[in-house]
Amino acid sequence: MSNTQATLVRMANDIARNLAAMGEEKAALATADHIATFWEPRMRGAILADRAGLSPIAARAIAALADHAPAHQTRATAADAGSDAG
Amino acid sequence: MGYEPQPDFGTPEAPKQPGVAPVTLTIDGRAVTVPAGTSVMRAAAENGGQIPKLCATDNVKAFGSCRLCLVEVDGMRGTPASCTTPVAPGMVVRTQTPRLDKLRKGVMELYISDHPLDCLTCSANNDCELQDAAAQVGLRDVRYGYQGDNHLGLATDASNPYFDFDPSKCIVCSRCVRACEEVQGTFALTIDGRGFGSKVSAGQTADNFLGSECVSCGACVQACPTATLNEKAVKTIGKPERAVVTTCAYCGVGCTFRAEMRGEQLVRMVPWKDGKANHGHSCVKGRFAWGYAQHQDRVRQPMIRESIDLPWREVSWGEAIGFTADRLTRIKAEHGARALGGITSSRCTNEEAFLVQKLVRGGFGSNNVDTCARVCHSPTGYGLKTTFGTSAGTQDFDSVMDSDVILVIGANPTDGHPVFASRMKQRLRQGAKLIVIDPRRTDLVKSPHVEASHHLALQPGTNVAVLTAMAHVIVTEGLADLDDIRARCDWDAYEDWAHFVSDERHSPETLAAVTRVPAADLRAAARLYATGGLGWASAQRNRPNGAIYYGLGVTEHSQGSSTVMAIANLAMVTGNVGRRGVGVNPLRGQNNVQGACDMGSFPHELSGYRHVSDGAARALFEAEWGVAIDPEPGLRIPNMLDAAVDGTFRALYVQGEDILQSDPNTHHVAAGLRAMDCVIVHDLFLNETANYAHVFLPGSTFLEKTGTFTNAERRIQMVRRVMDPANGGYEDWQVTQLLAQALGLGWSYTHASEIMDEIARLTPSFAGVSHARLDADGSLQWPVNAANPDGAPIMHVDSFANGKGKFVVTEYIPTDERTGPRYPLLLTTGRILSQYNVGAQTRRTENTVWHPEDMLEIHPTDAENRGVKTGDWVRLASRVGETTLRATVTERVAPGVVYTTFHHPATQANVVTTDFSDWATNCPEYKVTAVQVVPSNGPTEWQETYASWSEKSRRIDGPLVAGEAAE
Repeated sequence: MSNTQATLVRMANDIARNLAAMGEEKAALATADHIATFWEPRMRGAILADRAGLSPIAARAIAALADHAPAHQTRATAADAGSDAG
Repeated sequence: MGYEPQPDFGTPEAPKQPGVAPVTLTIDGRAVTVPAGTSVMRAAAENGGQIPKLCATDNVKAFGSCRLCLVEVDGMRGTPASCTTPVAPGMVVRTQTPRLDKLRKGVMELYISDHPLDCLTCSANNDCELQDAAAQVGLRDVRYGYQGDNHLGLATDASNPYFDFDPSKCIVCSRCVRACEEVQGTFALTIDGRGFGSKVSAGQTADNFLGSECVSCGACVQACPTATLNEKAVKTIGKPERAVVTTCAYCGVGCTFRAEMRGEQLVRMVPWKDGKANHGHSCVKGRFAWGYAQHQDRVRQPMIRESIDLPWREVSWGEAIGFTADRLTRIKAEHGARALGGITSSRCTNEEAFLVQKLVRGGFGSNNVDTCARVCHSPTGYGLKTTFGTSAGTQDFDSVMDSDVILVIGANPTDGHPVFASRMKQRLRQGAKLIVIDPRRTDLVKSPHVEASHHLALQPGTNVAVLTAMAHVIVTEGLADLDDIRARCDWDAYEDWAHFVSDERHSPETLAAVTRVPAADLRAAARLYATGGLGWASAQRNRPNGAIYYGLGVTEHSQGSSTVMAIANLAMVTGNVGRRGVGVNPLRGQNNVQGACDMGSFPHELSGYRHVSDGAARALFEAEWGVAIDPEPGLRIPNMLDAAVDGTFRALYVQGEDILQSDPNTHHVAAGLRAMDCVIVHDLFLNETANYAHVFLPGSTFLEKTGTFTNAERRIQMVRRVMDPANGGYEDWQVTQLLAQALGLGWSYTHASEIMDEIARLTPSFAGVSHARLDADGSLQWPVNAANPDGAPIMHVDSFANGKGKFVVTEYIPTDERTGPRYPLLLTTGRILSQYNVGAQTRRTENTVWHPEDMLEIHPTDAENRGVKTGDWVRLASRVGETTLRATVTERVAPGVVYTTFHHPATQANVVTTDFSDWATNCPEYKVTAVQVVPSNGPTEWQETYASWSEKSRRIDGPLVAGEAAE
């Protein structure tokens, strides 16, 4: 696994670990949402193409992503959460 | 007109007393109305009068020692001092009578009998309050003569690099001493001796200013009425001719200064009394360390080179821009739009950051733009957006004066935000309580007249555990403000979270093993924050105002975002949001990092924090710019470097940022930069990143441009040009425009205000902002829109701005960076007052006298085990790399923890830091690195190789010949 790929896998696993407290299903969706919102297309492409080393929640998340980007799960990713305009 | 000094009303403004009527009195036959509590002196000064004074100045309390400001008041015995006499309704005051005249002349005679009479050659000539007072009282004759004992022979202390202390001219008014106490809070000065022997001293008899506790903030220089404490520049140049108000380019406090000029020469920077962020105070950097603008290292001519192993070639602007545009166009054609990107500067103006992201989005055609907030406060944006709905701090700085309990976590404000820290210390001296959560015993924990009630010296990396344990205490002991939570927050989310934190595994007792914070201390600290402590009582409210201030010790961790959310949770559970004195306050580092983030410098966001996938937002930009915008998020800086190594990212335009020195894992950054085909560095000096650059575009300093900075309070302030840019006359936004024009984008901005107008059109939270408005109002805190026409100092006042406050469960996950037998210590990093971040600016000023090198702080036990003494060279090694620096043995760090600063490139501190980062934002985990420390002979091979490579890379092939300069 190249350095970059290893980094992507570690990032995905980190996200999944930190969202795990939501419960497995919600965490998988939230992880997918996070990646869809913040990861650049090449990064998403790379993790979709090679899923070796992903934790169970992260793997579920990437599988969900392969289908389509999920609805926004947290306010951090919601595009319509307002522009800090109050 | 000429030079107008700032008005001085003699005594501070009276504290606001709502419900108390203003007072009307008569001064010299004029009816005058002022707020209750105002002194007679100030009442006169505010209404066209000027009572002579010497020991009074309006940023310190009245002292009443000089006896010059005496007045006569009908019905009052004697001649009270107007500075210590508060106004009373119906008072009749006379400021000039024969009796007062005689008394004042007598006082002046005494002063002048022991004062040099060299006014005409004195550095304070025509800018001296002693001269003014002598003139006002009509002194003509000193009947004592000048033969008596005097202090005229005392020698000058010129130790401080920026100002002199000449005790022969001192009138011992003690304004300097009081300024150091009340304004700065350092208590470095005192009056030594008694009676005729009294003199100002910077410490013990053997101390001079440099050797003392003095932090060179300049408050004493500003307070001094004579030439005793005077800037060296005024001595050499002369009295300034005009003053222009501008904003400091160092930290996120955003102090405003009067740049006092003679022609285009800056004589001195004097803090602006009307500055809403600093109220007339400053620190050594903004006040004195602006000489870098004229440093010999300053590059004034563009330079290019075909490859990075060649020396630089100075060229004209036309050739440099043409070369750059060619390369970028070729790279885009060959590798696609997503192979190019840019980094905006958090030190340049809002207008400039906006244009860089516009160049990347509109010109390069991708969203590959990022900024230094990536490595400092990106978790703040993520964490606060998730919990509160908005991604910036909630208060203004003045709000601290209404706080009862202040919790400082992962921040060292006396070093990093000194002017704000001075304000906080004022509040602490008034009786507010302090809790400090930091692995290191920072100055705030214990310093003159300030002591933290609790210092939780946690293990680096355990922030979330500590905050969860505090939440456990608050919830299980019934200290939550349930009414407030029910009203403002999502109740279901609260219940989930409360259930989570109440679990035994989150109790202070269970977590003590991991955090190394004794459970009793943690419980006491949590109770203090929630209830104000035993015996806390207030007539006004039954819960104390608790405010949390945090910095990079929170964000630069693998759980940085989680920690921010945990902080927000604590504020919400105790009802500490939405009024003065409370809130969550990220201490943003750079002068315009808040602004850079606001301007859409993140790869996933347009200005105003709108996601690039938001069709409506994109449409707005596309209509204005006439170009399609990529709807996919772009690359963050660490990902840009990864992609570069992989060959899919090949060009980078870096404005005002030195990623090679400041980003973690230096080897990784170097590899990324080396792999690119076109690295453009747009900066003032040849920085470390420039070692790998093909194009160098000389930048302009904050004195050489007009625009705006936004400080940590969301306060937008003007930056005003006072001298021509040394690079041939281009403000930084003009350079970006040249590049854009060469790439075929038809930009035609003629003034920075036009850029701000565009920002206002495209960004709802900036809708009401313009240069004209800022000129009129001084400053504005965004959002400035229809709902908040004059800006918003405090956010979420009645309710949270974007829906209910959301509690978020934050599980403590230890970082992957573990200590072990090979690397048994934990390294954390930080900053020092006199140097600023990578030191690009401050190392090129006299501030090097205070911090000429980075030192490694190590606990005595660890030092002894290794045979290390203060001053010894030690090798600092981690899994990633190693470097060498000198050690200083101190108990400020706990056993097992070491600490250093990163202000000097020779230290190569980031060779040692890892590429672990925050899970949500990739903010690097600078604060936790497992290291080993052993004695060493000197610099490592890497440092020597790097130093020689660095020197080689800075070769410039001869200056540009005069005839070749085209523009």
